[in-house]
Amino acid sequence: MQKIVALIPAYNEQEAIGEVVNDVRAYMPEADIVVINDGSADHTVERAKASGAFVLDLPYNLGIGGAVQTGYLFADEMGYDIAIRFDGDGQHDPAEAHKLLEPIKNGQADVVIGSRYLKTGNGYKSSFIRFLGIKLFGVITSCIVHRKISDVTSGFQAVNRRVIEFYSRDYPSDYPEIETIPLLHRAGLCTLEVPVSMKERLAGNTSITPIRSVYYVAKVLLSLFMGLMRKRTITNNTN
Amino acid sequence: MFDRVQITFLAGLMVLLIIVLELVRRRKFREEYSLLWIVTVVVLLILSVWKGSLKLIASALGILYPPSALFVVGSMFILAILLHFSVVISSFKTKNQELAQRLAILNLRLEKLEEKMSGETGSNSGKVGRK
Repeated sequence: MQKIVALIPAYNEQEAIGEVVNDVRAYMPEADIVVINDGSADHTVERAKASGAFVLDLPYNLGIGGAVQTGYLFADEMGYDIAIRFDGDGQHDPAEAHKLLEPIKNGQADVVIGSRYLKTGNGYKSSFIRFLGIKLFGVITSCIVHRKISDVTSGFQAVNRRVIEFYSRDYPSDYPEIETIPLLHRAGLCTLEVPVSMKERLAGNTSITPIRSVYYVAKVLLSLFMGLMRKRTITNNTN
Repeated sequence: MFDRVQITFLAGLMVLLIIVLELVRRRKFREEYSLLWIVTVVVLLILSVWKGSLKLIASALGILYPPSALFVVGSMFILAILLHFSVVISSFKTKNQELAQRLAILNLRLEKLEEKMSGETGSNSGKVGRK
């Protein structure tokens, strides 16, 4: 029996987090559920604990990459075989988790990404800026890995033990999903996209504003190209 | 022997050197980070006292007024200091993040351990928990 952990990064998600945890448990009773609280100012921790999740409580906000990596570090340390990530705002439907888990369980792929843009997914509505960003990075990353990637910003991912170890050594900071695709490719790890539908956010606001998106586009572009220019071996940052 | 511009530079640099050394003495400034500052001040001191060296650099760089060369050299050192601090800050951020992550993981593991312990000790559970 493979040990599965569900990782749920959350930043000020007190309205949604309880329901998200309960939903995940309903569809994946065999999994341990870990909420990573990224320095929330609200009652995210209390709500998550009340709903029975393990809570990794970061002392201050690290940003999505640092928060998610904490989950992978925990998964690595506790010897989990599979980690599946859900957003703390309820965008990712646990009812579809099996679609991501099956290819991992039968060894088809190291990483399975839930894509909202593959054909059978529903018509996900996103803002124009976000759509542009996704398209731009989709084209760039697809060029880098010589394969069409339809949804480079999807955080709905399931990974196996090898990738848990890989992510706990090195994980990018902002929009980590985009940057990890070339990194995984170069490490010889196999990614697979499966179509999923994403729900509207249960609560909370998206963190994307026009000024921030300009910053993120520049930052992620730089990270992508720097990532390409680094040596193949991913070294630990501690020295 | 010294002209006015030299005296100005000398005085300013001496004050800076004293401030840097005093901060190190009071342990407000770690030796490893003060070194680049001290080297900068010493180099600029040499250039402002020894006119010949400054003229040499000025003519080599195509600068007509030698004291301007002092600003050029000074700016280069300041850039080096800034770059050095950017690297130091980045490394702090990385280490800081690792500490925060470890803290969160250890906290959760400790919490679970405490729960388990208090479960096992039964009636004593109240004493095992946090004070």
